Amino acid sequence: MIPTLIGAAILVFFLLRLIPGDVCELRLAGTGLYADPAQIDLCRTNLGLNDPVIVQFFKFLFGFVIFDLGDSMWTGQPITYEIGLRFQLSLQVAIMATVVAIGISIPLGAISAIKQDTWIDYVVRAFSIAGIAMPSFWLGILIILGLLILTQAWFGTPWMPPIDYVAPWDDPWRNLTQLIWPAVATGYRYSAVATRMTRSALLEVLREDYIRTARAKGLLEKVIINRHALKNSMLPVVTVIGIEFAFLMGGLVVTEQVFNLNGLGKLFVESVLNNDYALTQALVMVVVTVFVFTNFIVDLFYAWLDPRIRYS
Amino acid sequence: MKNVFSKLAISTVVGAALTLGVVAPTEAARVVKKGGILNFVVGSKIPSYDLHRETTFGVIHPIRPFYSLLIRVNPNNPSSPTDFVCDLCVGAVPKGEKGFTEFTFNIRKGVKFHDGTPLTAHDIVATYNKIIFPPEGVPSSRKAFFKMVESVKATDDFTAVFKLKFPSGAFIPAVATPFNIVVSKKDLDTHGYNWHKKNINGTGAFTFVQHQPGSFVEGKKYANYHIAGKPYLDGYKAIAAPKMAVRLQAIRGDRAAIEFRGFPPKARDDLVKALGDKITVQESDWNCVLMFTPNQKRKPFDDPRVRKALSLAVDRWGGSKYLSRIAIVKTVGGVVFPNHPLAATKEELMKLDGYGPDIEKNRAKARALLKEAGQENLAVDFSNRGVDQPYKVVGTWLIDQWKKVGIKATQRVQPSGPFYASLRKKKDFDVSIDFNCQSVINPIADITKFLGSAGNNYGSYEDPELEAIYDKLLREGSEAGQRKLVRQFETRALSDQAHMGITLWWYKINPHRSYVKGWKIAPSHYLNQALDQVWLDK
Repeated sequence: MIPTLIGAAILVFFLLRLIPGDVCELRLAGTGLYADPAQIDLCRTNLGLNDPVIVQFFKFLFGFVIFDLGDSMWTGQPITYEIGLRFQLSLQVAIMATVVAIGISIPLGAISAIKQDTWIDYVVRAFSIAGIAMPSFWLGILIILGLLILTQAWFGTPWMPPIDYVAPWDDPWRNLTQLIWPAVATGYRYSAVATRMTRSALLEVLREDYIRTARAKGLLEKVIINRHALKNSMLPVVTVIGIEFAFLMGGLVVTEQVFNLNGLGKLFVESVLNNDYALTQALVMVVVTVFVFTNFIVDLFYAWLDPRIRYS
Repeated sequence: MKNVFSKLAISTVVGAALTLGVVAPTEAARVVKKGGILNFVVGSKIPSYDLHRETTFGVIHPIRPFYSLLIRVNPNNPSSPTDFVCDLCVGAVPKGEKGFTEFTFNIRKGVKFHDGTPLTAHDIVATYNKIIFPPEGVPSSRKAFFKMVESVKATDDFTAVFKLKFPSGAFIPAVATPFNIVVSKKDLDTHGYNWHKKNINGTGAFTFVQHQPGSFVEGKKYANYHIAGKPYLDGYKAIAAPKMAVRLQAIRGDRAAIEFRGFPPKARDDLVKALGDKITVQESDWNCVLMFTPNQKRKPFDDPRVRKALSLAVDRWGGSKYLSRIAIVKTVGGVVFPNHPLAATKEELMKLDGYGPDIEKNRAKARALLKEAGQENLAVDFSNRGVDQPYKVVGTWLIDQWKKVGIKATQRVQPSGPFYASLRKKKDFDVSIDFNCQSVINPIADITKFLGSAGNNYGSYEDPELEAIYDKLLREGSEAGQRKLVRQFETRALSDQAHMGITLWWYKINPHRSYVKGWKIAPSHYLNQALDQVWLDK
């Protein structure tokens, strides 16, 4: 885990500095207003950008080791505060999308496998291929336009989800009306991958000798599927769900823009566009940590799902 | 006779009523409704709360309503480029004494900061000293606007005096710049010069409630606001929405009532089509202009004939007609904002190379100049910014215009960061999109952009003659004299030397929910954002 984090830190630090331009030029000259070169230079000095790169690198590394991520170069706010605000929303969307995805993928994947090569299987496969083919941000745009057009046609007044975030404990209904749509848009794509994985894994398990034995013993098909087949077919599905969950924590870049969600993905884009090195570095480290942690949880699930797996 | 007496009686009553203030002002006659929260969307981010150091409208729109200015653009007549009124001063805006080198502002009494501290002339002095003479290490983005100021002093608690080194027509517009918010001397003395980056304490119409970074800023009505009866709103919420599609949908879905920067024509048409009379559209010329700047450090762009050919190829009058249907550009103009008294008339513009009405004649001249310079097959590396409106639209149009005289341009579109690195540091372009976008219309300050010595000029040239004209202009007191010098400046910069080519001035389109009243469009998205005049007709 530690070598992964250090490797990511080195990579992100030096790659970012390959991008031409800096935050001070963007901030002071980017609006087209008169920009005094002396002020731009002063801004660079204040942010430490005039220091040698190696000094900047060791400052970053030292800060990371002592858990001091510093301040955003764009807003001047502590990075922990900037990330903390968005983490809550991203985590909620990721959890909701995962619930949507699991709710769709496991029943559909199982039905598809059990009813292999019937019309039900074909419908489920078409549904899941459509989910993979359709970008979630595009689905998001369709959802918003659909809501605006349909509500205007039905009620005379166009309606769209709120565009400013309210925490679930402040106003659960408003929170739900905002986040359910992106959760559905991303959860559908997410479920499509998981549905296909559930189907193929279950098909493989259903051809195992112990399933044939169970059938020969006269066990009910329902019991065979639920108790013996489905649980054992979940290993690859859990892996896919784990990877997708980690991806959702920082990768909902476009979907967050479409729904105007103030999440980590949007923050990521803004920090890169603003050449906010400090914030981008910190965000990469957060996402790497989420990936590493999610993989760890997935490994624990493996042991629960398959008692033969033991970690020494 | 009776009739005469009746008229006399009516005149007397009306006259007396006006004198005594019985007749309500126009605004009140419109039956202003008080209360409500204004939701609006902002397409940019807040770097810090300190307007003295920032330059983006992303901080003006959500933060400016917490503060007041010494003087401001008249909120009832914001389209005028020369109409300024007192905000924290009283009476008329001073015209200047002692040969226009001394400006005395009488400060309004009874004004209080949101923390209860009374405002005095010492706060004005502390504010302007921070802007004009900041201590070492303290950034001030508009320090250069006040090169003419020698000192700012308070002669008593309610009189602030600005002394200038030389008379300048650029002074008053510079004071009215909306970034020059008045802060408390006590805050500067107690907390230092960085405190305003993260804290707010103004005298504006609204007080700060909360800021959720990346999401919204919330303000509520300031009960002790210095203009009686205002603000009309109970509060406002400025919602951050970087994507234009979201801002547009937000107005359509009534999640926001207005966006103060501006939309392209298609967006306006879509909103009007969807919502009919529930949408009101305000439009104005915009104090932003898109240009192309040849890099004179690179051959053959050091040759004025080549630069002139680039300008002659562009059909500005045709572009104004057709490009304005898809982009936020419209008005043909020279170096000065088109509606300003110092701007060129249409007849004056037509005398400049590239502004003649006969485009075929212009293009024949361009081809002849290229041939004369030995550049008949000129290839141009054209750098552009990766922003749709209006950069990429205008950039693509320019390529087509140049193609018509045989110039082959290759457009290199980069995100803002790398684009600025190209423009300012690397200078690795033949011709680049360039722009000038100011707040208060201040031609004498704004046209410094065309001087090779200016910090925001990227043409890499020196032109002592142009600098000399500007120097005279800076010291010229009369408007007629200034106008004459501006014409000389314009002819040299755009026509004789063609240091830069102006495309079209921007055009501001603000479609908003019809229930938003009291807000009048200004020629800049930085102006008229105090929100004290705004009310909701719901």
